[in-house]
Amino acid sequence: MAEGPRLKVPTTAKKGEVVEIKTLILHAMESGQRKNEFGTIIPRKIINKFTCTFNGKPVFTANMEPAIAANPFFQFYAKVEESGTFKFSWTDDDGTVTTAERKIAVG
Amino acid sequence: MVKLSRRETLVLAVGTTVLSVFPNGQRAQAGSREAADLIGKFTGGKTAQKGKVAIELPEIAENGGNVPLAISVDAPMAADNYVSEVVVVAEHNPAPEVVKFDFTPMSGKAAVTTRIRLAQSQNVVVVAKTSKGEFFTSQRFVKVTVGGCGG
Repeated sequence: MAEGPRLKVPTTAKKGEVVEIKTLILHAMESGQRKNEFGTIIPRKIINKFTCTFNGKPVFTANMEPAIAANPFFQFYAKVEESGTFKFSWTDDDGTVTTAERKIAVG
Repeated sequence: MVKLSRRETLVLAVGTTVLSVFPNGQRAQAGSREAADLIGKFTGGKTAQKGKVAIELPEIAENGGNVPLAISVDAPMAADNYVSEVVVVAEHNPAPEVVKFDFTPMSGKAAVTTRIRLAQSQNVVVVAKTSKGEFFTSQRFVKVTVGGCGG
């Protein structure tokens, strides 16, 4: 189960500025390649999709395979022209979606 | 149910043994063909131009389970011309596809940092697609001390 995402998003920016965003979520990202002590394969269970939108418009998406390391971390950028809300979502293989949001004031 | 003669059974048994003796070699080869197929599918058969894609990876990764990767594509992020997709392929991972990023003009720049798993020393290939349908690629070799896929 994914636990509390950690986010680093600036709270203010100038109009047209490209801001840096960092996100991390705690998740084992079980690859489906490993075996347990009895030799049976531990089933795959990863976060397969991460999305970031700003005021409802897509900014960045990562479609993940098991080769993304545990506790998936992303640093990416967004160009902000107006004040608004970043929404983040992480989708687990089991269908669980973890979400978070951050507001930014642009002036 | 297919009936197997004694001879066929023997051949099968030998075949299986050979496979299980050289699982790594077999998998490595399949992996790289799979990787080429993946890239071909992404570019729709077009050849990607070398360059414009900067990849930051350690030369030697002590822990293949957590290898920092930074990508940036030297391209404008204008509404009519931007980097729309970037794929990362690890040629000799058991499943070569690592991740596919989608960017939009709102991304500001086509750059991303993450952490990946590498099963063994290998080339990591990055292919970027622009909204105009151009493809750019670069690759970096990483020496992996301990594999990261829980072999």
